[in-house]
Parts: sequence; C-alpha cells; structure tokens
Amino acid sequence: MDKVLLKLYVTGQTPKTERAIANLRRICEEDLGGQYEMAVIDVLERPQLAEDEKILATPTLVKMLPPPLRRVIGDLSDTEKVLLGLDMQPLEKGEEE
Amino acid sequence: MSAMDRQPQIEKLETGIPGFDHISKGGLPKGRTTLVAGTAGSAKTVIACQFLAEGIEKADDSGVFITFEESPNDIRQNMLGLGWDIRSWETEGRWTFVDASPQPGQETVVVGDYDLGALLARIEYAIQKVGAKRVSMDSLGAIFTQFSDSATVRGELFRIASALKKMGVTAVMTAERTQEYGDIARFGVEEFVADNVIILRNVLEQEKRRRTVEILKFRGTSHQKGEFPFTVMPGQGVIVIPLSAIELKQKSSSVRISSGNEELDEMCGGGFFRDSIILVSGATGNGKTLMVTEFIAGGAANGERCLLFAFEESREQLFRNAEGWGIDFEQMEEEGRLKVVCEYPEVMGLEDHLIDMKTIIDEFKPNRVAVDSLSALERVSSIKGFREFVIGLTSFIKHEEIVGLFTATTPTLMGGTSVTEAHISTITDSIILLRYVEMYGEMRRGLTVLKMRGSMHDKDIREFTIDGQGMHIGKPFRDVTGILTGQPMHRAPVEIERISELFQE
Repeated sequence: MDKVLLKLYVTGQTPKTERAIANLRRICEEDLGGQYEMAVIDVLERPQLAEDEKILATPTLVKMLPPPLRRVIGDLSDTEKVLLGLDMQPLEKGEEE
Repeated sequence: MSAMDRQPQIEKLETGIPGFDHISKGGLPKGRTTLVAGTAGSAKTVIACQFLAEGIEKADDSGVFITFEESPNDIRQNMLGLGWDIRSWETEGRWTFVDASPQPGQETVVVGDYDLGALLARIEYAIQKVGAKRVSMDSLGAIFTQFSDSATVRGELFRIASALKKMGVTAVMTAERTQEYGDIARFGVEEFVADNVIILRNVLEQEKRRRTVEILKFRGTSHQKGEFPFTVMPGQGVIVIPLSAIELKQKSSSVRISSGNEELDEMCGGGFFRDSIILVSGATGNGKTLMVTEFIAGGAANGERCLLFAFEESREQLFRNAEGWGIDFEQMEEEGRLKVVCEYPEVMGLEDHLIDMKTIIDEFKPNRVAVDSLSALERVSSIKGFREFVIGLTSFIKHEEIVGLFTATTPTLMGGTSVTEAHISTITDSIILLRYVEMYGEMRRGLTVLKMRGSMHDKDIREFTIDGQGMHIGKPFRDVTGILTGQPMHRAPVEIERISELFQE
C-alpha cells in the first residue's frame, strides 16, 4: 500500500485542535489501517510554515501523499466526508486480515 | 473648557495619497481600520496598494498587504504601471504579502468546525517581521466566496480587525458593493469595521465614467463631506481633486499688464490685472483665437512666460494663424517664452486633463496661461464635472498668481450664452464679449468689456476689424441696439438722441 503522509495545521491547544487530532487518529487507525505518517503543526509557533502552505483556516488537514494533494478543513467530525475529501477509500473489513 | 474638550483627539495618519489627506482633514484615523467599499472597477485595489506605497515612499512606514483575490504576482505586475516597484520593496523588507488568494487546482472540503486562526497568525507574523505600520486587506468579498459559512467568516474578520487594533497598525480593508447607491458593502462586512467607511464610486454619467470618493464616516473625528472626484494616473496612482480645499484667499494685485492690444487695454482701464481670470466669449470665427494670440504676444514682448492649451486647433494651424497676424510663435518658443500644448479633449477625462494641466503649469511656471477653448472640454464631461474642472483650474491659476485667459464658444452665431459662461462667469474677473453684428446685409464684429472687476472700463460696444496686423478696435456702434441679445435693431440717430434725453433732468 502507498505511503500516506498527512499534515494537520492547528492554532494552539484548543478544544477544537484536540478534537481534530483525535478524529484524525481514529480515522487513520480504523480506516487507513494504521499505515500513515502524520505531522501536527501549530501555526502560532510556526507561522512561516502556514505562510508557505498558504493555510487560512484551522484546523486544516493536508494530504501530501499519495497524490493528488487534497485539503480538508474543520474538526474532521464526519469520517465519511473526510475520506471523500482526501480522495481515499476506506479499507474493507475483509481486506484487513 | 469642559472635560470633554480636553480629551485627546483621534490622531490621524497622513496617507500620502494626493488630495485625500485634504478631504479627510489629515488622513486616516491612526491605529484603526477603515473600510473602503466600492463596485467592481472603482480602484479599490489601487487605493489599498497606494496606501502602503505612499507610506513606504513618503513616511518610511513598512506595510503588509493581505490579498484575498488577486495573486501577489498579478498585483506586483499591475502596480508597476502606477510606478510602484513592489518586488524591490519586498527585497528591502518594507512590503510583505500575505497570500490568501484562492489557489487554483486545490479542492477543499469542509468537515465540521473551523476558524481562520492560521490567517490571523500569518498576519501577525508578517506585521512583526517587517515592523509594519500600515496594513491593507483586499478584498473581503473574496474570502466569503472561499468559505461558504459567512457567519464564521464575519466573526473571524472581526477577530482580525480587533487584533490589528491591538497591534496599533492603521489598516484599510476593501469590500465590494453591488450598486453605486445602496448598501455599504456585500456580506454585511461594515458591521465589524463600522468606525470608518469610505466609498469609491465609478458612475456612468452621460456615457462618461466619473470616479468619486466619499468619506461616509470617521467615528470620533471630522472630515469633509460629500463626493470628491478623483482619477487614476499612470505612474502616480489615485489623485483626489479636493474642490472644497480651494480657498478664496488669493492675493489681489493692482499691477496692470497688457492684453497685447492697446485699444483693448484702454477699454479695460489700462490693461488686465496681473492675477486675474479673463473670459472671452464669442461665436465661431469671431476672433477669440486672435485675442489669445495677441494676449500671448503681449506677454512675450514683455519678457513673460506664456503657456497655451489648445483644444481645438493643431500646432501647425495655430502657428500659421499667428503668422498671418504678424506674430512669430516659433521664435517665442525658441526663446523659451512660449509653450504650446495641443490636445484633443477626448483623449482623456476632464479630471485627468486638470491634473495634466496643473503639472504642466507647475513645470513651466508661466506668467500667462491661455485656454482655447474651454467649451471644447465641455464635450468630454457631464455638466457637474465640467463645473468642478473650471473651478479647480481657475482657483489653481489664481493661487499661483498667473493671469489666465479662457475662451468660450457661444452656440449661436448671434449672441446667446454657452454652458461655459454659465459656470465660469462668476469666477472670472473680466468678461469680454465678441459678437457678430448684422448690419445692412453685412456681418460686422463687435466687442464689449462686460465686466472688469476692481476697475472702471469702457461700456461701449465697439466695432473691430481683423487684418494682417491683428485686431483693430474702432468706434462704438451708436445706432444699433440689441447686439448682445442677437437681434440688432437699427435706430435713426434722432431717436437715439431723444431716448438719451429722456434720462436727463
């Protein structure tokens, strides 16, 4: 399976930030089979990274790999929509074995 | 004095935008955000850029430009034409972009709650990075189309506005309007930057575009009211024409100068005053351009510098005509005493003409300015615009203590007045009427000095002739009445005598 590289841009330690991180972890574990790399970037600490990536909203999830490059903004509370937005297929239950 | 009066006034930041600091009585409220709203093509982006550019050039203030609509590259390129090299300022660390423009080919899906925390963090970072005193955001409407949840965006923009205030920067935010006269801006953005609102308009009036700027409100501080015309000049940007800034404070000179025609000098009680405005009105072919030519020749003979704006005839025509009256324009020009500027009125708007003419006057520093004819400029403007132009030009000329001679063409051959006269007559110090007089199947020419402020003058209507030496003013028309109304009536000398005796004791 292709390597999955995700970046999550957040603003400080807010409930929204924590919710987004938790939701993303769950989606990655449950639906992407744990094959992922994930970086959380706090724009308050590293504004230049947000500038380079032209991030406006937080939280913003950017799928760097595999292509195509996709963005999902929000607290990622709806798994189905997140996967649709990232253009990724959830693993079938049967495939996991 | 009450305690209220002693409160410190809201400080203003001089923008450096020509004319704007005058109508805003000193600039934008310092440390606050001002909303600049306008329809498409009303020069919002130019104003937003110029606010930063003038800050860099005139006050050494650094700036941050947040763009929601055009890409930084487009802005850099577009503004080069206005004389602003943004890229070099970026290299010097005096200008920085926060690029919030839509990124092509990037799909974004919204899932759940979000805020614009990253944008705010980027703005704060950029402001600190260059030590910005000025911030421009252009334009707010575009961010509402990027994010569908307007309530969230509004709330976030409010948060950004408060953050800007806390950082002590003076900011300009632009926003779209859908109508020239209607709601302040789309998406109700005025709700969070309601302190200061400026409206830019670009109205179609009689097939002509007319740009105006209006300061709708400045909370807690004063400004001039109403719409002021402005123009966008290549290499300069926005220039506001502050009509109300014109002061009736010109000095008045009692020094007389020659009109270039001895007989006319005599009729005016010894010549024109040195800083007066003279209007010459007459029908086509009546001798107006001749009078202008003689006026210039009179100045040049006296060692003065003369400037002629010609809107009806070409250079060649003017020079040839002058030669026909025994006046050598070419030599005058060689000696640096004359400058002739010929232009079709249609080449630009009236506001642009005004700024152009002011620039040329500033550069050439003439003692005499002639405009032939003002009426030709009427064609390219609405009546209101024309009136503003005339007031702007005359007040500028008077302020510089230059004598100005303008011509106006009457619409009918016999008598009548033109729009030009209606708008200018009260501003002028002298009015000279040239009229055709029909006498026994022959067209003769008549001249009268209608008004000569601050001086006695000849009240006769005199006949004049034109030949190879120019204009010759002769005797009054004694037995004709009704010349000025365009219906000359011949009366027997006996009757005229009888009438004049009526008023004698």
